[in-house]
Amino acid sequence: MSELNAHDITLAYENATIIQKMRLTIPTGKITALVGPNGCGKSTLLRGISRLLKPRAGSVVLDSDDIWRLPTKALAKRLGILPQGPVAPEGLTVHELVAQGRYPHQSWFQQWSPEDERITREALEITHIAEFADRAVDTLSGGQRQRAWIAMTLAQDSDLILLDEPTTFLDLAYQIEVLDLLQDLNLERGKTIVMVLHDLNQACRYADRVVAMRGGQIMAQGAPDQVVTEKMVHEVFEIGCRVIADPVTGKPLVVPESRRRHATPTTDVVRQNGHRPNTNHVEKVADAAR
Amino acid sequence: MAAEKQLRPSWITIRPRGLNFSYKLDRRVPLVALGIIAFTLVVLVVSINYGQYNMSVGDVVQTLLGLNRDHPDYRNFTLVVHTFRLPRIVLAFLVGMALAVSGTIMQGITRNALADPYLLGVSSGAGLAAVALIVWLKDVPAYVLPWAAFAGALITAVAIYALAWKGEGSSPIRLILVGIALEAVLASVTTIMLLFGQINDVQQAYVWLTGSVYGRNWEHVYAIGGWLLVFLPAAILMARQLNTLGLGDATAKGLGLRIEWQRGLLLIISVALAAAAVAVAGTIGFVGLVAPHVTRRLVGPSHEGLVPISALFGGALLVLADLIGRWVIAPSELPIGIVTAMIGAPYFMYLLYRSRNR
Repeated sequence: MSELNAHDITLAYENATIIQKMRLTIPTGKITALVGPNGCGKSTLLRGISRLLKPRAGSVVLDSDDIWRLPTKALAKRLGILPQGPVAPEGLTVHELVAQGRYPHQSWFQQWSPEDERITREALEITHIAEFADRAVDTLSGGQRQRAWIAMTLAQDSDLILLDEPTTFLDLAYQIEVLDLLQDLNLERGKTIVMVLHDLNQACRYADRVVAMRGGQIMAQGAPDQVVTEKMVHEVFEIGCRVIADPVTGKPLVVPESRRRHATPTTDVVRQNGHRPNTNHVEKVADAAR
Repeated sequence: MAAEKQLRPSWITIRPRGLNFSYKLDRRVPLVALGIIAFTLVVLVVSINYGQYNMSVGDVVQTLLGLNRDHPDYRNFTLVVHTFRLPRIVLAFLVGMALAVSGTIMQGITRNALADPYLLGVSSGAGLAAVALIVWLKDVPAYVLPWAAFAGALITAVAIYALAWKGEGSSPIRLILVGIALEAVLASVTTIMLLFGQINDVQQAYVWLTGSVYGRNWEHVYAIGGWLLVFLPAAILMARQLNTLGLGDATAKGLGLRIEWQRGLLLIISVALAAAAVAVAGTIGFVGLVAPHVTRRLVGPSHEGLVPISALFGGALLVLADLIGRWVIAPSELPIGIVTAMIGAPYFMYLLYRSRNR
C-alpha cells in the first residue's frame, strides 16, 4: 500500500502558473475524485502528481520516495496513469494493448516472461474484455475501449491508479460501466484510485473522497456527504442548486438550477446571501493557458 | 460462453531454454518472412540472369552455389555473376532494408504515417554532406562516406525536430511541409556546390545523387553491411519502446519510458540507417514510406514484427526496382531511385488523400 503526498507543489505551463503551493494527501485504498469547473487545474494537478508534469517547486512523495528521484520504471510499477482520451495505433489488438502495460516489468532482453503472460490474462479477465482480446482497439465501442485501456493500466500491476476524465466522451451506460469497474478494482483488489471527473454526481456516488477545486486552489475536500453542499457547489461552480439524497445510494445528489427554473426560496440559501465569488487571478491565467 | 473460449495470443513467444532472453512476435511473421524471402530469391535469379551476357537460369543457380566449377565457361560465369551482377543486387537489398527500417522508426517516433527519410529531407542532408566531401576532397574511400552522410542527416533530422515539433507531437502535414522546405534548401545548396565543383567530381557526384546502384561493387556492400549489422539488431531490440511511444507521450511516460532519451536513441538509429543507404546508393525515395505501410497490413502494427518484416520487404522492393530499371529501357538503364519514385509517389498521394481529414 502506498500513500501519495504533494508538498507545496507549484505547477505551471510555459509562463502560466496554474497551481501554487498546494498540499494534498491521497488516502491509501480509497477512491478520490478531483472535481471542479473547466480550467480549475484538476487535470494539471493529476499530471503533477503522476510525473507527467514537473512541479516548479515543492515535491510529490510516494511513501517516502520523491517520485522525481525514482527510476521511471520503478515508479511505473507503483503508480499507473491513464491520460485523457488515449488513442491506440490503427489495428492494434486489445490483447497487444494490454500486454504493453507490462513495459515497466521488462528489460532489453527479457521482453515477455510467463509472469507477463499471466498478469496480462488476468487484467483481460478482470475487466471482462477477454472475449474481445483479438479485436482491434479502434473497432470497439467507447466503453469497451476504455475498459481495454484500464486493463492496460491494470497489467502495470501498480497499487495506485490515476485516471484523467475516464468517462468523458462516453455514453451514460458506458460511464456507469467504467465507474463500476473502477469501484470493483478498489473494493476487490485494494487499488487506490484517483480520478478527474466532470460529473459531480458521479463523484459523489463513487468516490470516498472528493477534492473540489477552483482557480488552482482546493476549495473543499472530504467525504461527499460532508463536502458536497449547496454552498460549496455555488462557490466552486457558480451555480445555484439543491442537494438532495440520491434515491439509489443515499449519497448527495446535486440538482442544479437554471435561469428559468429556480429552486424554492427556502433552500436557496446561497442566492439569498447574494454575492458570486470573484473570479480570481489564477483562474484567468489557467484559462489563458488552455 | 465467450469467456470459456481459450485465450490465444496473436503472437508467438521466443524463449530459448537456459538463455535469459524472451521476445514476442506476431503469429504471421514467420510465414510472411518466408514468402518475402522466396520472392526475393526468385527475383534475384531472374535479375542475375537478365543482361547482355546470356546464361541459363540453371547456370545462374549453379554458379551462385558454386556447383559448376568444371563448366568450360565457369570463369565467365563467376565474373558476370559475382563481380558485375550480384554486388549491385545485394546492395539494392541492403539499401532497401536500411531505408525501410529507417522509415518504420521515423513513422513510429513521430506517430506520423507520412514520415520517411526522403520526404523529410534527411536523405538530402546526408546527400549534401557526401557531395561536399566528394567535391572538396578527392578519392574519398567508400567507408568514409557513411560517416559524412550520417553527420549531414543527423543535423537535418535535429532541425526538423526543432522546427516541426510542437508540444505533444507533430501534425502529419506540418512535418511534411517542414521536410519539403528543408529538402528544397538542401537541394539548392547541393546544386550550388556542384556548380563550383570540378567537372569530373561533379559527374561522379551527380550520377550518385540520383539514387542508383549502377557500377557498385563489394566495397559498397561491406560499407553499408557494417552499419546494418549494428543498427538493425538495435532497431529490433527497441521495438518495444516504439510500441510504447505509439500510445502517446503521456501513456508512454506513465509506463515508465524515458521518452526523450528513447526517442533520441531511436532517431539516431533511424538517421544512421538512412545515411548509410544514401552513402552507398544516393537518395532513393519512398521505400521508407511504402515498406512500413504494406508491412503493417501484413503483420499488424506491433514493431517486433514490423521492423524485421519491413526490412525484408524494403529489400525485396529495391531488388525488384533494380530489375525493372534495367529492363524497362534496355539496353540503357533507369536509375533505381526513379523507379521507386514512380511506384512510391502515387502511393504517397494516396496516403496524403487518406489523411486529409486528420
